[in-house]
Amino acid sequence: MKTKKNKSVNKKVKMKNREIMLITWAFTLLFLAMTGYITHYSVTHRQELINNSYNGRQKALLAQNRRGRIFSFDGDILAQTVVDEEGNEKREYPYQNLFSHVVGYATNGRMGVESQANYYLINSNAPLSQKASLDVSGEKYPGDDVYTTLNVNLQQVASTALGVYQGAIIVTEPNTGKVLAMVSKPDFNPEEISKIWDDLIADDKSSILLNRVTQGLYPPGSTFKIVTALEYIKEHPDTYQNYSYNCTGTITRGEDRIQCYHGTVHGNVGFNKSFAKSCNTSFANIGLSFDKSNFANTLQSLLFNQELAVAFNTSISRVDVSEETSEADMMQVSIGQGTTAITPLLLNMITCAIANEGTLMKPYVVDYVQNSAGNKIKTFNPSSYGKIMERQEAEILKELMTNVVEEGTASRLKDLPYTAAGKTGSAEYGTIKGDSHAWFTGFAPAEDPQVCVTIIIEGAGAGGDYAVPIAKRIFDAYFQ
Amino acid sequence: MELYISEFSKYIIALLITLYTYECFAVFRYEDEERRNGIYTRQNILMFAFHFSCFLVICFETGDITYLFFYAFQQIVLYAAIVLYRMLYPKANRLVINNMCMLLSISFVILTRLNMERAVKQFIIVTGSLIVALLIPFLIHKFKFMKKLKWIYAIVGIVALSVVMILGQTTYGSKLSYSIAGITFQPSEFVKIIFVFYIASALYKASGFFEIFTTAVVAAAHVIVLVISKDLGSALIFFVVYVLMVYVASRNFLYVIAGALGGSVAAYISYKVFTHVQVRVQAFKDPWSVIDSAGFQITQSLFAISSGGWFGLGLYKGKPEDIPFVEADFIFSAIAEELGIIFAICLILICVSCFIMFMNIAVRLKDKFYQLTAFGLGVTYIFQVFLTVGGGTKFIPLTGVTLPLISYGGSSVLTTLIMFAIIEGLYIIKQEEKEQLDKVRKKKRKKKKSAQQEYLYDESDVSDLAVEEIEYLSGEELEDEEE
Repeated sequence: MKTKKNKSVNKKVKMKNREIMLITWAFTLLFLAMTGYITHYSVTHRQELINNSYNGRQKALLAQNRRGRIFSFDGDILAQTVVDEEGNEKREYPYQNLFSHVVGYATNGRMGVESQANYYLINSNAPLSQKASLDVSGEKYPGDDVYTTLNVNLQQVASTALGVYQGAIIVTEPNTGKVLAMVSKPDFNPEEISKIWDDLIADDKSSILLNRVTQGLYPPGSTFKIVTALEYIKEHPDTYQNYSYNCTGTITRGEDRIQCYHGTVHGNVGFNKSFAKSCNTSFANIGLSFDKSNFANTLQSLLFNQELAVAFNTSISRVDVSEETSEADMMQVSIGQGTTAITPLLLNMITCAIANEGTLMKPYVVDYVQNSAGNKIKTFNPSSYGKIMERQEAEILKELMTNVVEEGTASRLKDLPYTAAGKTGSAEYGTIKGDSHAWFTGFAPAEDPQVCVTIIIEGAGAGGDYAVPIAKRIFDAYFQ
Repeated sequence: MELYISEFSKYIIALLITLYTYECFAVFRYEDEERRNGIYTRQNILMFAFHFSCFLVICFETGDITYLFFYAFQQIVLYAAIVLYRMLYPKANRLVINNMCMLLSISFVILTRLNMERAVKQFIIVTGSLIVALLIPFLIHKFKFMKKLKWIYAIVGIVALSVVMILGQTTYGSKLSYSIAGITFQPSEFVKIIFVFYIASALYKASGFFEIFTTAVVAAAHVIVLVISKDLGSALIFFVVYVLMVYVASRNFLYVIAGALGGSVAAYISYKVFTHVQVRVQAFKDPWSVIDSAGFQITQSLFAISSGGWFGLGLYKGKPEDIPFVEADFIFSAIAEELGIIFAICLILICVSCFIMFMNIAVRLKDKFYQLTAFGLGVTYIFQVFLTVGGGTKFIPLTGVTLPLISYGGSSVLTTLIMFAIIEGLYIIKQEEKEQLDKVRKKKRKKKKSAQQEYLYDESDVSDLAVEEIEYLSGEELEDEEE
């Protein structure tokens, strides 16, 4: 009885003061929204903000913690901080130049894993007991250690194979996205970065500090025929095999002329052979038939003309195709020349997707983070970037790429203990005819791809002659 | 050892404030103060435990035991405030007092950590202010003529603000204060209270078009003077308080819509006209592009907020001193960094609980003047909290107002304590109204009982009848709910 009475009177009070109640609720909700926002913001922006150079906390953390170590996947030290007798800290890179770009450096700015994993390296999750005893001895806490996916042996093979050439090599696992090796040349010794810094900055020709794998933009040349072929298959899913073309070594549209490499005449070619022999005129012919807006969509789904959602600093690969693109430009685009530019990383990602039934795994190099007691603090699991092509399309491209090895431009990979698949490229650059970058992108074994390699050698010449042998050395090392 | 204490204390402090905050809302389960007493006592214990733990950490981190003396003084003052209020005003609302003391103790802790000298200064001002605040409920009770002074409020308010505009000292681009006999005043703080009194006294009788028009002119005068003085935060507070008070007085939502439209137009014009407004907006939209200049404060504040994590870095473990004016405008960020996000959220919730209690009191006040006053002061308080917390976290553009009771600043803390005390005074008035009614009711019920034997009324009819009669007797509607 009492409560009933209470309620009815309460109701009366509420009705009479509806406005005040409304305002009370409005402010309460506003504050709930704000607390939600603050919590979300502080949790999601923690790492990004600590890495900002205006944030003084970085210095504070480094005064308290010794920068953590960086390891290869099997526990080789790639970077560590050592202290001399006088207590001075020095960052050591036992492999010197070998991992210069991918592991990077941590003075004069930061790069590579040193930059990506900076947050973990400068924080310490060491057990309290250890911290307490270090407090007593007046030492710094050990920062957390970062384990990478990198394989020292593959890195060494790739680096040696590239030799004195400038260029880039990336080796990945198509079904996980793990980066096993990443070489960019010219390289430098990260231990001496402070000493050579001014020279590096002054030298604007060779751009040594640029990680060519993720940031170098090259004309893709014939490797782009993978994309052109994919678009043709998409537009003619049932009839693409009926394609045929008579190659006379050149194709002309108005003023513009496309030639096959070194003026070779391929004669009558079908779809497979056009791809295996890398026939420029045939592919220019294919490109002329495209529905340009469809093609633009395909390029979009293959991640051209956009920022890549990966942990590396990347450049944007570009292909200019729209309804307005002229015939001459379409011919250039189809064979990966003209204004088209790609990073070795993106080419590797597309190749990986072909090897992995159309699903692209995000490439990553930081595998997990561990505290000084060996407990994992954070693990980065393989994650999918999405399905960038259909499974059947990937199957067809895989077959085409196997053919390139069997009877085409990558025949140096034929008759090995493993079956490789890939595509070569000889991308012309600059104004002098004939100067070309040697490309290869491919994977092995073709029936169950485990490793995917993308190589570019600047100014070397034909991909089949220069890039394919390097791919072979890397595959050999991997399957040995 | 130190390490274990500082690590362990982080969790203890977070736990204490969480429990305290829980009790802040548990209070609302009960309608009458008697039943809430247990909660209030638990709150006091939690508050002293929190305060003590923090100072223990401060002593450990600095290695200076003398901080405990400062702590002892603070403890005495806060304890005295609680006890004296209970003695002088047994009918006072204890949640308001508890929250007031809790917020002050948080303020002492964080100010001690940031700047000992200022903490001592603030402590002295708080002590003085608490004594003033102790007298306020008594004055509210005595001065029944307050509702008749509307033109005095209007004139005092505008004159005080204009004097600063013309003569005031410029602090960081805004004219905010002037000094009398060596003491610096920031009149916009005190005028907030006077302004609420003005609106309440102008609208309590009638809120037709004429009343609203005249108040609009006076309110606009306040706001314009403040905008010219570049005190955008206060200008916004006055504006919002005015619109919402008109809404409650007139019970017409159209005024809120009209206010929002008018406000938007005014905001747009001031954006076009004043460069200091443009700078603020730019710093809100993309502080990272102006990190060297206009965006420096807000980005440093974001660094602080994001670095603490759930439990904070611990007192003295962060770098809140990197934020310019951290003790005044960005104290919330310092708290979030060193005491953690959980603590910061609890702090916000404690402020919200104060606000809900203020609104609760406003709802139950019968006298329209008192009701509007309580409502207006409550909105002033919570909106200021919103501006400073939201501004420091980039939820809204930065306006540079203080966090009431927590931030360093004498005028601010004195004004807020007076506001709390006024609401406390109004609450006591309400309690007394209720008691009188209860007495009348009891008398009536006795009479009824004899009548019941004759007519065998259903009990509910009886009580309804009783209520009606009391309403009749007291000459107005009964608004009290307790039986």
